Amino acid sequence: MTRAELGSTRRWVFALLALLTAAVFSFEARAQGDAAAYAKALALFSNDSFNDTDTAISGIAASGHPLAAQIVGALQDGRLLFSAETKKVLIKETSGAIIDAGTGEKLASEPAGLSNVRLNNRLRRSVEAALGTLTLMSPDPVRRLEAANAVFKSRDAAALPAIEQAIQKESDARIKRVFSEARAAIILYGSTAKENEKIEAISIIRDRGDQEARGLLAAMPADQTPGVQRAQAEALKTIDNSLAAWAVAQNFWYGLSLGSVLLLAAIGLAITFGVMGVINMAHGEMVMLGAYTTFVVQEIIRTSAPWLFDYSLAIAIPLAFLVAALVGIAIERGVIRFLYGRPLETLLATWGISLILQQAVRTAFGPTNREVGAPHFMSGATQLAGLTITWNRLWIIVFAILIFGALLAALRYTTLGLQMRAVTQNRRMASAMAINTGRIDALTFALGSGIAGLAGVALSQIDNVSPNLGQGYIIDSFLVVVFGGVGNLWGTLVGALSLGIANKFLEPYAGAVLGKILLLVAVILFIQKRPRGLFALKGRAVEA
Amino acid sequence: MITRRLIEAADNRGSIFLALLAAAIVIVPILHLAVPPTSAFHLGTSAVALWGKYLCYALLALSLDLVWGYCGILSLGHGAFFALGGYAMGMYLMRQIGTRGVYAHPILPDFMVFLNWKELPWFWYGFDMFWFAMLMVLLVPGLLAFVFGWFAFRSRVTGVYLSIITQALTYALMLGFFRNNFGFGGNNGLTDFKDILGFSVQSPYTRTVLFMLSAFALALGYIIARWVVTSKAGKVLIAVRDAESRTRFMGYRVENYKTFVFTLSACMAAVAGALYVPQVGIINPSEFTPANSIEMVIWVAVGGRGTLVGAALGAIIVNFAKSTFTTGFLAPYWLFALGGLFVVVTIFLPKGILGLLPQKSEDTSSSGAPAAQPAE
Repeated sequence: MTRAELGSTRRWVFALLALLTAAVFSFEARAQGDAAAYAKALALFSNDSFNDTDTAISGIAASGHPLAAQIVGALQDGRLLFSAETKKVLIKETSGAIIDAGTGEKLASEPAGLSNVRLNNRLRRSVEAALGTLTLMSPDPVRRLEAANAVFKSRDAAALPAIEQAIQKESDARIKRVFSEARAAIILYGSTAKENEKIEAISIIRDRGDQEARGLLAAMPADQTPGVQRAQAEALKTIDNSLAAWAVAQNFWYGLSLGSVLLLAAIGLAITFGVMGVINMAHGEMVMLGAYTTFVVQEIIRTSAPWLFDYSLAIAIPLAFLVAALVGIAIERGVIRFLYGRPLETLLATWGISLILQQAVRTAFGPTNREVGAPHFMSGATQLAGLTITWNRLWIIVFAILIFGALLAALRYTTLGLQMRAVTQNRRMASAMAINTGRIDALTFALGSGIAGLAGVALSQIDNVSPNLGQGYIIDSFLVVVFGGVGNLWGTLVGALSLGIANKFLEPYAGAVLGKILLLVAVILFIQKRPRGLFALKGRAVEA
Repeated sequence: MITRRLIEAADNRGSIFLALLAAAIVIVPILHLAVPPTSAFHLGTSAVALWGKYLCYALLALSLDLVWGYCGILSLGHGAFFALGGYAMGMYLMRQIGTRGVYAHPILPDFMVFLNWKELPWFWYGFDMFWFAMLMVLLVPGLLAFVFGWFAFRSRVTGVYLSIITQALTYALMLGFFRNNFGFGGNNGLTDFKDILGFSVQSPYTRTVLFMLSAFALALGYIIARWVVTSKAGKVLIAVRDAESRTRFMGYRVENYKTFVFTLSACMAAVAGALYVPQVGIINPSEFTPANSIEMVIWVAVGGRGTLVGAALGAIIVNFAKSTFTTGFLAPYWLFALGGLFVVVTIFLPKGILGLLPQKSEDTSSSGAPAAQPAE
């Protein structure tokens, strides 16, 4: 290392040292300044004047002293005491201990001649604002976010310095954004800011883009410069456009969700009604049995194995399928097989079965709604840009798609599926090819019923589990199957989704009930126009 | 001429049925009004109202049998026509309350005052006149059935598809009538009736007259239905039931026959509803529930589909059983019984109770239980 290099290195070191020293000194100076301001503000409490107390509150809040939050909290609860003689301010903790607010030391005993720092309504507001400001610096990010949102709503001008300080310190980008939105809100509602500051603030609020941002912009004080007013109008328009777009997206999501529920309820029916031509009015009760199976599984888990609770639905799924499928086989073998070729009689007999099943469940479990819980991964919601997405709805959509795919695959690739299709298309020919048609009938019916049971597991998450659960879905399910075209699973998918989405888009304009009525009328009219549904089977099968 | 034709139309069973109704018209008033309440033979007010209600149900079942038993149209929405007729009557009765309502408004019924409405909706105009209300009893359900049937039958919606859309129809009406701003009292429906044509609905005399009217309407309904099914048009109806396509290929306008019989049936159901409301004292949207309409079908099935008399009988039997069952300790089991009835009747008693009785041979071809579905 040469001399010159050594010299330059040394210079660097010196420079660094100098910088560090300067930083330390300036920090200490600032701390001393803060401490002085803190002491000055604290002393004001002992003057016993509302105006001085107000100044003291903001002084304390701005000081950033570690005891600041405790002092303001104590003030709010009436636990801040002062001594008129010694001018000392003391905090009485909830435990009863006395702390000297100036030094932070604990006092051994309560000195005589203390009185409370008094508050009036104006001061109480200041106290609340100060608390909000103080939590802006809280080490807990959740509390910081809450505080930032509170400032955004209150638009308290007093919080501006604290917010600006908080923006400097904040490292979490999401919270920082809320801070700057809160700052923008304060600027917009204050009277001191310049035009370009306000325009910038408007653009920050515009980027937030939600209903609150819109309300904030729309309710801005009227006395603005033309430039600000123009920016305000433009921002409002932008927000309105994006809100409308998100509303459409949200409706679409709700529709998708309702559609998947309809699909789940109808897809089993699409097998029994669509593929076999059997009108099963007890289909809704299969759904109900699935839901009650879930309930029973959860009850057993609750009492004997609580740690399994998050898996309760996974356990319930195969059981619900089994229970519903077995009941389905019993119905098919016991009743329906005597009524093939007599669809209207089948309808009546299965209606009777549905009454019996409902009453049986009512007798066993009581007529009231039963509580079915959600595993933790299915509860709650998430915010995806402007969309609110609840987890249980998302899982139900996924579940519906999975079942639909599995069913298509089963019909297409398994031997049983092949035989089912054969029996559906030409019963006698299938029989001649050594297919046991009676067995296939029973299995097909079991499959349709089992899928209804699966739907019950899903519906137990979003609907009341009561003996009437199935009743609410039976007409809708039939309409979906008939609308989509009997005997066509893809038709059922399209039917369910389009009815679900149409329903949710009608709701905001017509209201829930009227929207439903309109939809029913529309489907009735549609069936007049195309009596065999969207995707009608063509050829010989039509007249059968 | 027509009289002779009508008398011929009633067969043996029908004559017994009509004779029974005539006897009821004579005997019930005597037992109710002339026999002193202390006597064992006295019929109480509630019994008269109850049997009046059964007769209304019987007329409703008769109307359903006309379309289902003779034309193969399984309507799962006949309750809608019944309820619409009932609402028309209920609206008349509401307007008769006048200032005697809780809010004592001279024109608006209580529920409208309660909803803060200022004037009568247009569709309530005219219902203070009895003749207008009676016209509406027939016209509204008749028109609905005509329009619905015209569209449905013209586009050849048949079988279970028709059943499902009739069910959707009554379901949609139910949702509508449950709404408060629909203008028909919402959830609570129409009730608290005071008088009909100036006579108090509570008085034993009015109740007796209403009972007699119900019995008379049932008899008249039976005669009309019987006349239709034994006419030449009736033969076409049965042909439609047994082989619709073949009938169409033979040149008959199937949809016209179907629309006609469906509208006629709806009007009969509506009359039943109109007679039902003053006797029961309330009409509310639950009459529109699809389950109700399906239950009516089982009345017909129990008594014997395609027999007319059987339908009326089935309605009375099932409802009598229901009243008896649901009041005692057996109440929780009524739905088991009703559900079981559906299953047993469809599998073991396709011809209903009347099918158990020995039949005269001349009857079987035209009005016996329908033949099995034709081969494909």
